[in-house]
Amino acid sequence: MRTVLMFAAVAGLIIGTGFLQSWNSALLILNMGLISAVMALGVNLQWGLAGLFNVGVMGFVALGGLAVVLISMPPVGAAWQAGGGNILLGLVLGAATIVAAVLVWSRVSGKLRGWATAAVLLIGMVIYRMVLDPAVEAVEAVDPALAGYLGGLGLPVLLAWPVGGVLAAGAAYVIGKTALGLRSDYLAIATLGIAEIIIAILKNEDWMARGVKNVIGLPRPVPYEVDLQNDPAFVERAAGFGLDATTASTIYVKIEYGLLFAAVLIVLLVLSQLALNSPWGRMMRAIRDNETAARAMGKDVTGRHLQVFVLGSAICGVAGAMMTTLDGQLTPGSYQPLRYTFLIWVMVIVGGSGNNLGAVLGGFLIWFLWVQVEPMGQLLMTGITAGMADGSWLKDHLMDSVQHMRLLTMGLILLLVLRLNPRGLLPER
Amino acid sequence: MDLLNGFVALANFVLIPAIAYGSQLALGALGVTLIYGILRFSNFAHGDTMAVGTMFAVLTTWGLQAMGVSLGPLPTALLAIPIGILGATALVLLTDRYVYKFYRAQKAKPVILVIVSMGVMFIYNGLTRIIIGPDDYRFADGERFVISARTFRDMTGLEEGLALRTTQVITVVTAVIVVAALFWFLNKTRTGKSMRAFSDNEDLALLSGINPERVVLVTWLIVASLATVAGVLYGLDKSFKAFTYFQLLLPIFAAAIVGGLGNPLGAIAGGFVIAFSEVGITYAWKKVLVYLMPPALEPEGLVQILSTEYKFAVSFVILVIVLLFRPTGLFRGKSI
Repeated sequence: MRTVLMFAAVAGLIIGTGFLQSWNSALLILNMGLISAVMALGVNLQWGLAGLFNVGVMGFVALGGLAVVLISMPPVGAAWQAGGGNILLGLVLGAATIVAAVLVWSRVSGKLRGWATAAVLLIGMVIYRMVLDPAVEAVEAVDPALAGYLGGLGLPVLLAWPVGGVLAAGAAYVIGKTALGLRSDYLAIATLGIAEIIIAILKNEDWMARGVKNVIGLPRPVPYEVDLQNDPAFVERAAGFGLDATTASTIYVKIEYGLLFAAVLIVLLVLSQLALNSPWGRMMRAIRDNETAARAMGKDVTGRHLQVFVLGSAICGVAGAMMTTLDGQLTPGSYQPLRYTFLIWVMVIVGGSGNNLGAVLGGFLIWFLWVQVEPMGQLLMTGITAGMADGSWLKDHLMDSVQHMRLLTMGLILLLVLRLNPRGLLPER
Repeated sequence: MDLLNGFVALANFVLIPAIAYGSQLALGALGVTLIYGILRFSNFAHGDTMAVGTMFAVLTTWGLQAMGVSLGPLPTALLAIPIGILGATALVLLTDRYVYKFYRAQKAKPVILVIVSMGVMFIYNGLTRIIIGPDDYRFADGERFVISARTFRDMTGLEEGLALRTTQVITVVTAVIVVAALFWFLNKTRTGKSMRAFSDNEDLALLSGINPERVVLVTWLIVASLATVAGVLYGLDKSFKAFTYFQLLLPIFAAAIVGGLGNPLGAIAGGFVIAFSEVGITYAWKKVLVYLMPPALEPEGLVQILSTEYKFAVSFVILVIVLLFRPTGLFRGKSI
């Protein structure tokens, strides 16, 4: 009952936006809310179900975005001819070096071990850079204003969503393998680090996704507004609803996106609910509540943690791919940890950790607040500064600081919820 | 001669910057490690505590500069450090009183405290951005160099110059003084001893009549001072930007973990390990190698292992290596 009421309230907020502002902005909030809900679901799987503290959500989201470019953009033929093969060869060599170093480390014993491993790594690094560097230079020289990267595979963009999940899962596996099984804070620091590194790679490896030059004009799974406006049948139907063609086309496109996202969210939500109530879910919660007891019962705690960590990160990757598809562009410069990691955490904790529906609710609610706090802050500051003279430095300073109110508000919400209602709006049953 | 030139180049581009950066990291890591030892959680708000303290110091510096106060060749910011410490201490103590104390009384799990510190981080970050703004600010003044590259070349007749910036000397000197004072305090004074006892075994310390709230209070005082000093030194050396201070969290945590969380000596060692690896791996070694290698073997490329954009990757890789092979850190902290 509480669940229904809460969801009705959030729906009311979004519909209210539709009436008071515009249906376009309401649908925008709804679409990003759906994506946020998917991310929150992923984090909730890790935190709510297993008690794992992942602060690298941003990295996994960005990997999902990368997948969209790699899958859906058409390949750049000239770039592939210039050095595509050598880049792939270089990457394979780099991976081979690491595998060889691990093999040497595990096979050789005695005093030689450290030196042998270091030698393998050094020689491997030199060869890797010798193959990769010229190829990268050649690729980035190909029409740098428009291309300068290898492009993607030219496949349908919807395929990028699961691929984004796979990429994120791969990164999560590597991190989980090193940091799980140690103190809980270590996972937090390791994930914080990997997220920064993934963003650094996206920003600097121009041959992959153009770095800070951004990839724009990603293919869309839904029709373009312009095509709809030129379609007489669509214009006629829009007129039947009493809408002009431009508004109708933008709303139509957003609704289609919304339906796609909702489908993904529902599938993932059903799966998470089934997982939560399955023997596997009960085992995960048992591990979360008392690790020692679970271990004594013969449960492989680290193994289970790795499993759930990879799954949760994969969900974040899918959400990241969805978000980049909605944006139609990949802009590595726009990934901020406060927006993509900590905001998701606020969603999970406010919604109710351990409760999948709570995470979804938190996703919608916090996203709504994130969008609406700025106009509210603007209003508040206008009120505070109303008595001050125009052009006084304090007034200008206060008006400038409105955009930073979000951080403060989100921090306050997080602390207040943790203090007064630590189980969230929809507590775990 | 070539050997000497090579060494001067090495000192100029690697040793001196790394020593200065290492001192800044060590001061930051000391704060993290003290919080971990006494309050038993990883404080994610530490980078932003540094930012808040530095912000107060920067504002005071600007005020002093406007009033015409100066220290001559030394940066005015040194005078502003006490005000910065006062500001940071006030904020941190308020936070402890209204946020952390509640969870301490509840004996909440460490991971809950980490999440709480994340919320605190949000708030500090927002405060810094609201009060001073999100941009890059420079506040260093006074003499820029102790020895400039040209003076050094004229003095020695070597081809390579060695520039020694005032901020680098101040960083190292201040760090040495602060660390010496901290260790004297921890090892010789009654309060310091009670802090170490509390860190070693909380229950025993309580039984022997140590007042936990007092220990916590003193810890926050020290942490706020260390954070402000580290932040001001870093800001003098580079510049002050709220987001950069947040990003310092990773190398600082890496330093604290590499040294062994909870171990002050380890934090210092860890700071230098991280700084030297970061600078060494992102430096283009060609300049040094040109002098050391015979001409036939001279390298063609820059001999730079990673570009500077990946400096965070270095702290991260070291962190991972330590976690894999020695999770308690070099100096046996209290982990796992």
